[in-house]
Amino acid sequence: MKKLLARHETYIFLVIVIFSIVITAINPSFLTLENLFDLLKSYSFMGILAIGVLFVLISGGIDISFMATATVAMYVVAIVLTRFGGNILLCFVIAMSIGIVLGMINASIIYFFSIPSIITTIATMNIYYGLLTVLSGGKWIYGLPAWFREFAELRVFSLTNAEGITYGISIITAIWFAVLVLAWFILRYTMLGRGIYAMGGNLASARRVGFNLLHLHLFVYSFMGMLAGIAGMIIALLVQTVAPNQIVGKELDVIAAVVLGGASLAGGIGTLLGTMLGVALIAILGNGLTLMHVPSFWYNVFIGLVILISVSVTAYRRLKREKRMVTVELE
Amino acid sequence: MTGSSVFRKHSETIILGLAMISTVLLMWIFNGSRFLGSGNLQSMAFQLPELGILSLAMMVTMLTAGINLSIIASANLSGIIAALILTQFIQPGSSGFSAALVIFLAILAGLLTSVLVGLLNGLLIARIGVSPILATLGTMILINGFAIVITEGYVISGFPEAVKFIGNGLIFGIPMPIIIFTICAIAMAIVLNRTATGVSIFMIGSNPIATLFSGISNKSVLIKTYLLSGLYAGIAAIIMISRFNSAKADYGESYLLMTVLASVMGGVSAAGGFGRVSGVVIALVILQIVSSGLNLLRVSNFLTIAIWGIILILVMIVKFYTDRYQRRQTT
Amino acid sequence: MADVFLSMKNVNKRYVGVQALSSVDFEIEKGEIHCLVGENGSGKSTLIKIISGAVEPDDGAEIEIDGKPFQHFQAIDSIHKGIEVIYQDLSLFPNLTVAENIALSQVIATGNRIINYKEVQNIAKSAMARVEVDIPLDALVGEIAIADQQLVAICRALTSDVQLLIMDEPTSSLTKKEIDALFGVVKDMQSKGIATLFVSHKLNEVLQIAERVTVLRDGKVVGTFPSSELDDEKLTMLMTGKKVEYSLYRPQASDGQALLEVRRLAKRGNFKAIDFELKPGEILGITGLLGSGRTELALALFGVSPADSGEILLSGRPVKIRSVQDAIRHGIGYVPEDRLVEGLVMPQAVQRNLVLTVLSQMVNQFRLIDRRRIQATVNQWVDELAIKVPSVDSPVQTLSGGNQQRVVLAKWIATNPKVLILDGPTIGIDVAAKHAIHEIIRGLVKQGIAILLISDEVQEVYNNCNRIIVMHKGLFIKEFETTQTSAEAIQDFINSTG
Repeated sequence: MKKLLARHETYIFLVIVIFSIVITAINPSFLTLENLFDLLKSYSFMGILAIGVLFVLISGGIDISFMATATVAMYVVAIVLTRFGGNILLCFVIAMSIGIVLGMINASIIYFFSIPSIITTIATMNIYYGLLTVLSGGKWIYGLPAWFREFAELRVFSLTNAEGITYGISIITAIWFAVLVLAWFILRYTMLGRGIYAMGGNLASARRVGFNLLHLHLFVYSFMGMLAGIAGMIIALLVQTVAPNQIVGKELDVIAAVVLGGASLAGGIGTLLGTMLGVALIAILGNGLTLMHVPSFWYNVFIGLVILISVSVTAYRRLKREKRMVTVELE
Repeated sequence: MTGSSVFRKHSETIILGLAMISTVLLMWIFNGSRFLGSGNLQSMAFQLPELGILSLAMMVTMLTAGINLSIIASANLSGIIAALILTQFIQPGSSGFSAALVIFLAILAGLLTSVLVGLLNGLLIARIGVSPILATLGTMILINGFAIVITEGYVISGFPEAVKFIGNGLIFGIPMPIIIFTICAIAMAIVLNRTATGVSIFMIGSNPIATLFSGISNKSVLIKTYLLSGLYAGIAAIIMISRFNSAKADYGESYLLMTVLASVMGGVSAAGGFGRVSGVVIALVILQIVSSGLNLLRVSNFLTIAIWGIILILVMIVKFYTDRYQRRQTT
Repeated sequence: MADVFLSMKNVNKRYVGVQALSSVDFEIEKGEIHCLVGENGSGKSTLIKIISGAVEPDDGAEIEIDGKPFQHFQAIDSIHKGIEVIYQDLSLFPNLTVAENIALSQVIATGNRIINYKEVQNIAKSAMARVEVDIPLDALVGEIAIADQQLVAICRALTSDVQLLIMDEPTSSLTKKEIDALFGVVKDMQSKGIATLFVSHKLNEVLQIAERVTVLRDGKVVGTFPSSELDDEKLTMLMTGKKVEYSLYRPQASDGQALLEVRRLAKRGNFKAIDFELKPGEILGITGLLGSGRTELALALFGVSPADSGEILLSGRPVKIRSVQDAIRHGIGYVPEDRLVEGLVMPQAVQRNLVLTVLSQMVNQFRLIDRRRIQATVNQWVDELAIKVPSVDSPVQTLSGGNQQRVVLAKWIATNPKVLILDGPTIGIDVAAKHAIHEIIRGLVKQGIAILLISDEVQEVYNNCNRIIVMHKGLFIKEFETTQTSAEAIQDFINSTG
């Protein structure tokens, strides 16, 4: 029990429960399956990106270029689709490949020139985004093929409500879930996963103990890139149009969600459960505000408050714990 | 001091100075006489100061091994508060004593706003122990939220004549913003190099524990650091609203990268403890020259952003090799 | 057992401008417990790096392991031949479990992509069984005690077929009980044929555990001796090349008002019922085993972690010390044990470090720093304490240990303290520099300052103090007048409390 209380995830979970209760009290339509499935669909974008960010944070780095990567990936796919046509599989393959390539560029710069990841990814974010906007002329792309929209509306599991409207778990949510399972497997059961934790825990020792740091760097940032590519596809599927400036600027929201979930910016610490809870918290907050008819202007104020309170509590607890650390065996 | 030790101490500044001269030459070659004409010089002189003062706001926090992600949001909120007072209490065309009083109060209110944000940051970081990235990320989102709530997304505009002078006027042919920037830069240099707080800032950046053990009040120095950062963000805000003759919740978002770029290029170490105002100023001049030069060449804004990213990486690569060379010399 | 495991002949290593090792001949027998000693800069770490293959010696070196000669000895060769190094920082992963830390290098070597947790547990268990160590396998290494972390590091070395275990300063953060446990493990490994090479500067421990001792000085081997032929004095002379006279100094406590009085000072979990007095001119020594609460007491007097209850009086007046500024204001200074982290801001200039404690006095009427006053102050102390420094703008990390400590002393003396607390002031400092620092301390008390000297080394407190208090488990348990006892008696008393 004590161990449970000591875990960060428990607190996030409690906050989620409290929020949910408050929101449902004000607007009961929050706690309906329909609403929840809808949330799962619209937040899979953030959810997938958060997983990628988690991997990077655990490895001891940070990446803020992923929105730009996602934008490039989805834009290229959109161009290919509107010019040459294709199928859904091709879309995902292209998007993921672009993400992997852009991620590898990040990894190489960070590894070979020892440039801090924050600075590198600030730079590449601007390079990727800037070049894309210039080359694309800032044009929006409409007119995606009909099957593209049909794919977005597929469900893996359907129900019908009283008014005869079907709802269910979207295929997009299923994609998120698949990514989650893959990530969980990698982190828990592969040497790759141990290597990522080791790198974040003690970089020098990781090299000494035999991990290939180049491979680990390449993996972590390409994985982030690949997930960004998938996320780009998801936004395109959700919104059915593609524009260069759609999502850039929201990087810090995703990072906030991951940090809320307990990942440490210093590296070595973080869990998938925590990260998903962090995303859930942000999702519920956003959805709750809407359902409680709070004007959307207030969104950032609430998110900001939640972040500040959460990090303050974490920091304060750590402060108190460190004060108690040194004890001497007394008579 | 011998010749070679003078060189080593000021080598960063000398290298930057050389880089600045080469950039001027390069731009002159590409642009011809247009570049060095008074029209261009003057427009550069008007744009540089706001970015410059914001960069100083970023620099002082980086010196303590921290960072301030909230400077742009603070500036925007300050501008909005000042703008509200200006538009609620006077007509656009008016002048005279009462107008002057209101303008004075508006500026005061704006500065006070950003100073209060700085105080919030300082308390979170110094008293509760939140890491600077997380604290300023939270305040950035929160302040941005407040700005959106107040403006509801609209632009506030219509200021009296006298206000426009701050951002657009000339004194003895020198643009007012440049004068303000020069005063700010000199003030920062004095604080950093000639006050006890300044020395403490560097020492805390390099080793907060030893500094604490030497009797310095880390808490008070850190709070002062973020107060100063907030103040400078507020000063930049006043210049910005004057130049744009309006205030909005999301101006200058790309400025954040540039302030980090200017600081890093100017020799500020991301790990804290080292950096000179002169370096940052020269770096700013270089950035401004490149920006104007590209502008004159009709290069798109977005391509310019991409070029910033490339320059940042190139600068870091050069640092990597020069550091390695220097280390070889001393082993 | 004259079977040689490692043999190195004619090892030279030159770096830019400095000859780290010259003509070093060195050998270790199978299953031997061998110690390598030397001052800072004697070449110890370079030799270790060469043995572990991290660094290659200059041409002409002959390295043979287990009878097999190596032309270009590399790290991978040393690992294959069973040589493992445990550095002072232990190189563990704080965010992984004990089992994972122990088993990781083995598992990586198998090349498996999927991790088999059962295998991890088994590897860890068998390593721990080899040395009868019992630490919960699922604990995160970052959350266990340092002594246990050391044992985890040793177990990790034991997962491979280790023949020679090299340990760099393994006992610096261990209590006496933990050190004995560690030595027990080392002897256990010896019985299984594993040789151990210690690098240590704690001479009494070296003599306790080693069979043979190799002394390095200025990059050359002075000799290899059986430990039975050595004692503290001989060893020191071999290490420094000089006969160092340990002069005894008996400070004179002046009559009259005590500078510092402490009454029933207590802090939960750290110490309790602390009563003592310090008169001007005194050097009071506080010693005892590691973990007895000495540093915690010092930190309470210095305001870093204030006491819960009790009284502190300075020159008869009760004072509240709840912060470092309070302490400095009342005339208390503190030279910390950990010079690197607590004592100096290493990357910054010497002069900045020197005036850090008195910054507020270095400003003129406009609150601006008076450069000339700083220069005068810095020059004064550099001269008075004979600090050897190429330029006062050099980063203080470029100075030798002894000179760094002088900077620390200078910065505190500059505050005009009434009471100066010194915590392990000569740790990691060469013998000659040690002597010089003792001279400085003795000079200080002659001017009427009172000094609290906290140290691990009984000899150090015996040579410099007029009174010595032994601390144990947070309490003062015995006070000695140095004129009426001997260092051995005090050491025996301390050992009896262990």
